Amino acid sequence: MSLLEVKDLAVHFGGVKAVDGVSFSVEEGEVFSIIGPNGAGKSTIFNLISRFYKPTRGTIKFDGRDITHMSAHEIAPIGIARTFQNIELFDHSTVLDNLLMGRHTHRNTNWLQDMWFLPKVRREEREHRRVVEEVIEFLELEAYREKLIAGLPYGVRKVVEIGRALAMGPKMILLDEPASGLSVEESQEVAYWVEDMRRDMGLTVLMVEHDMSLVNQVSDRVLAVAQGQPLAMGTPAEVQSDPQVKAAYLGTEVYE
Amino acid sequence: MKVIFKTSYDNDIDLHEDWWDRGKMIALVAVMAVLPFFLGEYYMAEITNTLIWSLAGMGLMLLVGHTGQASLGHAAFLAIGAYTDAALMNVGVPWLVAFPLAGIAAGVFGAIVAIPAVRMSGIYLAIATLALFVIVEEAIIIAEPITGGVGGLFAPSITIAGIDFDRYASLNNFYWLCLAVVVLVTWLYANLMRSPTGRSFLAVRDSEVSARALGINITRTRSLAFGLSCAMTGLAGALMGHFITFFNYELFSVFISINLLLVVTIGGLGFIQGAFFGAILITAVPQLIAILRDGAMSTLGLDLSMPGLDTLVFSVILIGFIIYEPTGLYGRWLKIRFWLELFPLARRDMFRRQKTYLKTERMK
Repeated sequence: MSLLEVKDLAVHFGGVKAVDGVSFSVEEGEVFSIIGPNGAGKSTIFNLISRFYKPTRGTIKFDGRDITHMSAHEIAPIGIARTFQNIELFDHSTVLDNLLMGRHTHRNTNWLQDMWFLPKVRREEREHRRVVEEVIEFLELEAYREKLIAGLPYGVRKVVEIGRALAMGPKMILLDEPASGLSVEESQEVAYWVEDMRRDMGLTVLMVEHDMSLVNQVSDRVLAVAQGQPLAMGTPAEVQSDPQVKAAYLGTEVYE
Repeated sequence: MKVIFKTSYDNDIDLHEDWWDRGKMIALVAVMAVLPFFLGEYYMAEITNTLIWSLAGMGLMLLVGHTGQASLGHAAFLAIGAYTDAALMNVGVPWLVAFPLAGIAAGVFGAIVAIPAVRMSGIYLAIATLALFVIVEEAIIIAEPITGGVGGLFAPSITIAGIDFDRYASLNNFYWLCLAVVVLVTWLYANLMRSPTGRSFLAVRDSEVSARALGINITRTRSLAFGLSCAMTGLAGALMGHFITFFNYELFSVFISINLLLVVTIGGLGFIQGAFFGAILITAVPQLIAILRDGAMSTLGLDLSMPGLDTLVFSVILIGFIIYEPTGLYGRWLKIRFWLELFPLARRDMFRRQKTYLKTERMK
């Protein structure tokens, strides 16, 4: 059984069919990429999975559970973490606190216990911190640990976003354009991290990305969408040679 | 510049980064505790008032500074605290029971009101809370058997284990009582802010979208913040009732709400210390202006006692702060301290605020 099963997913905003009849499934431990021209509905698919948008039609199943009608905040506890295309960090907090906020789903204390800072709270804080330190080490964020997000360069913020998602200890991570705006070296690092996430952490990765070299390097399978509709699915090579995909990106040839 | 060598995660989890910091806090509380032995009644009454305002300010700080929700109705929660406490004591409930109940009453009421209110934000929430304030004010007038209606209510003097804490007969005792309450609440507040609950408040404030993606229930978190904020304000209201001794609904006017909002914005949004700085400014500056005016009268022969002048000067100070120091008094203090620590390396543009770019508005 697949980890994530999306069936006939559609969302319409008024007359705009942002996503229309997209189906795919992601196997456990797979790196699955969604590609497509701008406005194809890639990020909308992400927002549907993380329940920011209500689907007009279709079902989403994760780990055997129907998550189509769950609330947005119920998605994280079942093991889906995500990053955002346009960085959504907590700007007035330090990198460390941002990562600790990623541990929210693992808290076992309530506000009353927190208020008196019972020994249990301290024990849990230490545990959260230990996990966060692992993430910091993995993403090599040591130098930025106590820096405020507001003062960090763009590339580092992107990495902190990935870190915050990883701190959740998810089963599946949704990366929304992890390499956009990054230099060649930085996106190469992202490629290594995605490989490590899969190999060492056993994570399933669902990724939206424009950088085709990154997609080719890490993806097991690729889904191409255009104008909300699926075009082709298969290995990166298969999808790139698909005539429909070529047409969507480059336009069709005119024969005379 | 101080460099802290951290040897365990506890260094970051603890409230203070080292014993020097902790010592400063202990020294501050100790100085506050011995003040009555050095100062006269006038100053002690003023300081007590400042403490009560700090407590109310902390209540609003949790809401505005740490959770990013505005409220123009906090005078209502002051009133609920004051009336609950006084009414319970009037039927014979001891203060030690009535006081926490006053906080709980304001908190529970706040949390219930919050459930519909937290769906709003910004100016809409401010207007909704203002409307709530009007309703509470009317309710106080109507509920005459409990609140004394327009006539008002007398807050009985506090006696714990035979010791008198009356505001007039034994002001110093009352001051120590207020100090103890403020120290305890500050400690609880600071604990909250270093725990997962506090972090979820900040998360909701800075990015609702990612807070939801991290599994934070926005409605519940905001209601909790609302409730805790109102509880703190309610406690302050109870103390304020005892401080004023005889009060009616007019004590809790909308100007109190606005003053409270000034306490948190001018003190420094997002810092517990800001509530204290703001409370000092709000309570001390009018007194200071009055003292200076009297001084001008006696030494220079200048008659500045025209009506409205005090308010004018006070307002100019407040406006000046909002324009030139948006991070508030505490923010200014942090900058001064940083400058001193780095001396002579501080640069002029060090605190220039960076524009946050690429913040998406799409999903709000």
